[in-house]
Amino acid sequence: MNRKYEFSFPVEGKNFDDAGKASVEIKRLLKELGIAGDVLRRTAIATYESEVNIISYAWKGTINVRVTDNNISIKIQDSGPGITDIEQAMRQGYSTADDRIREMGFGAGMGLFNIKNCSDGFEISSKVNKGTLLKILINR
Amino acid sequence: MTLREIANLLDAKVLTGEKYLDTEVKTAFSADLMSDVLAFAKPGSIMITGLTNPQIVRIANIVDNSAIIIVRGKTPPDETIRLAEELDIPVLSTRYILFETSGKLYANGIIGCVGKIEGPGSVVPL
Ligand SMILES: Nc1ncnc2c1ncn2[C@@H]1O[C@H](COP(=O)(O)OP(=O)(O)OP(=O)(O)O)[C@@H](O)[C@H]1O
Ligand SMILES: [Mg+2]
Repeated sequence: MNRKYEFSFPVEGKNFDDAGKASVEIKRLLKELGIAGDVLRRTAIATYESEVNIISYAWKGTINVRVTDNNISIKIQDSGPGITDIEQAMRQGYSTADDRIREMGFGAGMGLFNIKNCSDGFEISSKVNKGTLLKILINR
Repeated sequence: MTLREIANLLDAKVLTGEKYLDTEVKTAFSADLMSDVLAFAKPGSIMITGLTNPQIVRIANIVDNSAIIIVRGKTPPDETIRLAEELDIPVLSTRYILFETSGKLYANGIIGCVGKIEGPGSVVPL
């Protein structure tokens, strides 16, 4: 069998009330496709952290998920302020989160590191005042 | 311990998820930092937190927490409970503070999800 599934979710910047909604839905869909256990968990955690980053820092973005027999590839693209120093942003503990983000329980500077930790493949690129692109690969 | 035993021990109110009270629990993770929950919580563990917003329910769904315990008598907004019902996650509320809640559970055999964090990406298991 060689089937492919693909779905996309829009994420709106500053929409803190809905934080995590897309990721919960993505997890539900992946579960329906028979993905379970550690692979499902790592995918869900990576999308959640990415979703919260779009809501926290960007203007708007999309989470795109592609599932094949071998892997799950996730593309998270936002238009927003971008990241000037990616190396610094990746470091655990570095955060520019404001009070609104911290109130929600975020802003530990753990997100990007954790996304990378959950992934088998991880690429990040960013253009200041344009946006940020994350490419994540998780092997099934 | 079962969730029912935990509810009794903590003199907790069951806000939703009455039907899951026979679930066995072995591990817990206490945090007000949701990134820490996403990084370290184990499937099946309970989340113990002082936060009450709907995100705690979505995160519990993502990491497969078996229940959420809200500490120090806070009442979550209706939206949090509604979402917990929808996503089948039991929510308990205790008047004990985070430290007391964690300590009482630990004293009764519930353990944490990880041991020490030695450095970036280096987690020492219990
Ligand atoms: N999509 C993005 N657009 C612009 N800046 C970003 C984006 N994602 C992350 N950043 C910047 O990188 C920093 C580190 O991000 P990271 O997700 O690792 O931690 P955090 O969001 O600050 O806290 P946590 O994820 O632990 O809640 C952020 O504080 C922010 O300055
Ligand atoms: Mg983040």
